[in-house]
Amino acid sequence: MSNIASAFASGKAFIPFITCGDPDLETTAACVRACVANGAGLIELGIPFSDPTAEGPVIQAANLRALTGGVTTDRIFGLVRDLRRDVAVPMVFMTYANVVFSYGVERFISTCRDIGIDGLILPDLPFEEKGEFLPLCRQYGVDLISLVAPTSADRIAMIAREAEGFLYIVSSLGVTGTRSEITTDLASIVKVVRANTSIPCAIGFGISTPEQAAKMASYSDGAIVGSAIIKLLAQYGKDAPEHVGAYVRTMTEALS
Amino acid sequence: MNAMSNGRFGIHGGQYIPETLMNAVIELEAAYNRYKNDPDFNRELTYLFNEYAGRPSRLYYAEKMTRDLGGAKIYLKREDLNHTGAHKINNVLGQALLAKKMGKTRLIAETGAGQHGVATATAAALMGMQCVVFMGEEDTKRQALNVYRMRLLGAEVVPVTTGTATLKDAVSEAMREWTRRIDDTHYCLGSVMGPHPFPTIVRDFQAVISREIKQQLMEKEGRLPDAVIACVGGGSNAIGSFYHFIPEKSVRLIGCEAAGRGVDTFETAATIATGRLGIFHGMKSYFCQDEYGQIAPVYSISAGLDYPGVGPEHAWLHDTGRAEYVPITDDEAVDAFEYLARTEGIIPAIESAHAVAYAQKLAPTMGKDQIVVITISGRGDKDCAAIARYRGEDIHE
Repeated sequence: MSNIASAFASGKAFIPFITCGDPDLETTAACVRACVANGAGLIELGIPFSDPTAEGPVIQAANLRALTGGVTTDRIFGLVRDLRRDVAVPMVFMTYANVVFSYGVERFISTCRDIGIDGLILPDLPFEEKGEFLPLCRQYGVDLISLVAPTSADRIAMIAREAEGFLYIVSSLGVTGTRSEITTDLASIVKVVRANTSIPCAIGFGISTPEQAAKMASYSDGAIVGSAIIKLLAQYGKDAPEHVGAYVRTMTEALS
Repeated sequence: MNAMSNGRFGIHGGQYIPETLMNAVIELEAAYNRYKNDPDFNRELTYLFNEYAGRPSRLYYAEKMTRDLGGAKIYLKREDLNHTGAHKINNVLGQALLAKKMGKTRLIAETGAGQHGVATATAAALMGMQCVVFMGEEDTKRQALNVYRMRLLGAEVVPVTTGTATLKDAVSEAMREWTRRIDDTHYCLGSVMGPHPFPTIVRDFQAVISREIKQQLMEKEGRLPDAVIACVGGGSNAIGSFYHFIPEKSVRLIGCEAAGRGVDTFETAATIATGRLGIFHGMKSYFCQDEYGQIAPVYSISAGLDYPGVGPEHAWLHDTGRAEYVPITDDEAVDAFEYLARTEGIIPAIESAHAVAYAQKLAPTMGKDQIVVITISGRGDKDCAAIARYRGEDIHE
């Protein structure tokens, strides 16, 4: 069984997203530890990309801050090695296909295994293109996370059947970013997902409040939050970890 | 010769896009396959090409230039004479008509120099559709006149401030907008790039250029050209100029990339000369990028060629050696811009001037019995103020 399943074993999972190196890797490490100390079930670590086409302005800015600060894929691998000395919760990378492809797909994925990364989310790698990545992910025991979107319709069953780790359900049309309201019929999507896979599913995009998180987790097995956390990093910089920890506490309490 | 299967040109192409857009591109492919051989669709499109855009465009014998260079006979394919002043209208009329058949009421587009944005705004006005154009803020300054033209045509122009605020960022923002609003919106992509089926659709609509060159040259000279030269950013006018000559092995196909301040500097946009294989903007192809796959901030004097990637079919034509790709610097392009103006009384787009510059090098090395066709992809009025500034003359538009 995938290590990722353990994140969902004891109830609904809260999954924070953090862009590595925003504003520096020390702050990222402290934020991850603050998330874990406050009950996060799984950590999504973003490897910044110069042109993140699935992100809204908040995470785009975080990518830019991180890259301007000089972070690289290799330095992020170093961060994870360091975190793994005391962080036991599952961790996955979220990045763009070119970051993995450029590093060398096998070199990247085998390094993920070596440093203790459990999964990989590539928002620009749809079902049809996973053939170049999936066999290597399986070989090295790194789950390639699949996404379904509000527009997936007849594709949901096909995607769910082959999904590994957990299934990432995109709550809304558009890019990442907080939304005051999520109007997608998520219950219907989850129903198709459940009929086709037994792995957990979590909902992300647009979630920022404890109420939204609780509602999303009522449909699924967990809630993913990115932009709301990144806003704290933009606001507090190096002092963000304690604010992130406090925020994560309100979210995990809402899910318990 | 058609190496395309499942949206691939050799190893290039594919559909590297968010799941949110997958059904949209699948729907687009199905609609395109339904209409591309439909006699009514083609009749309508041909009517628009001929009566509205002014096709066929002229194949003009550049006698003075031929004499001056003293080698091959030079013909200019005058896409600059099309309505809206560039080849972009060919693709846009095709896509807008297709979008209309699909029931879409809104077109979105990216633009670099503004030519594709103007063409999209034009087609939207003609067909009664809404239009939003994304344009890098840097480019809105370089091409202020085109911004005004788009607004005049009823389009909304959204300046993009992210990244390098140029063409690649405009593409990213148009893709983001498409994930926000899909139901009523068609993304009218302006070049032979992005996810399948765009590189094929855009190529097919631009292939009218090489179809006409072949026929016109057969009428004038009774034979095929020895070389076809076109500029390459994403590569739509080049693929359009090459397409019907790809099976004709005697015809050299030459794409001219924007080298900016030189391929040995960081201020370049010459993708095939300096890029590496990668995955970006929906496709696998060559991209200017750093060792970690971060897309490079490219540079060219030409806003239309200022893009860090190249269409997947060009990447494949490069791999197979069927086409050659050469870098042309800003300096060479500006010289060629002025040269064509003085020699033939034709002011080419600074993009097209890259092709003229290479012809100036190549033609003198060829025999007088040989023939070179240069595609003048657009007219240069939009560039006059920028070129004047490049030469140290401060004129205002």
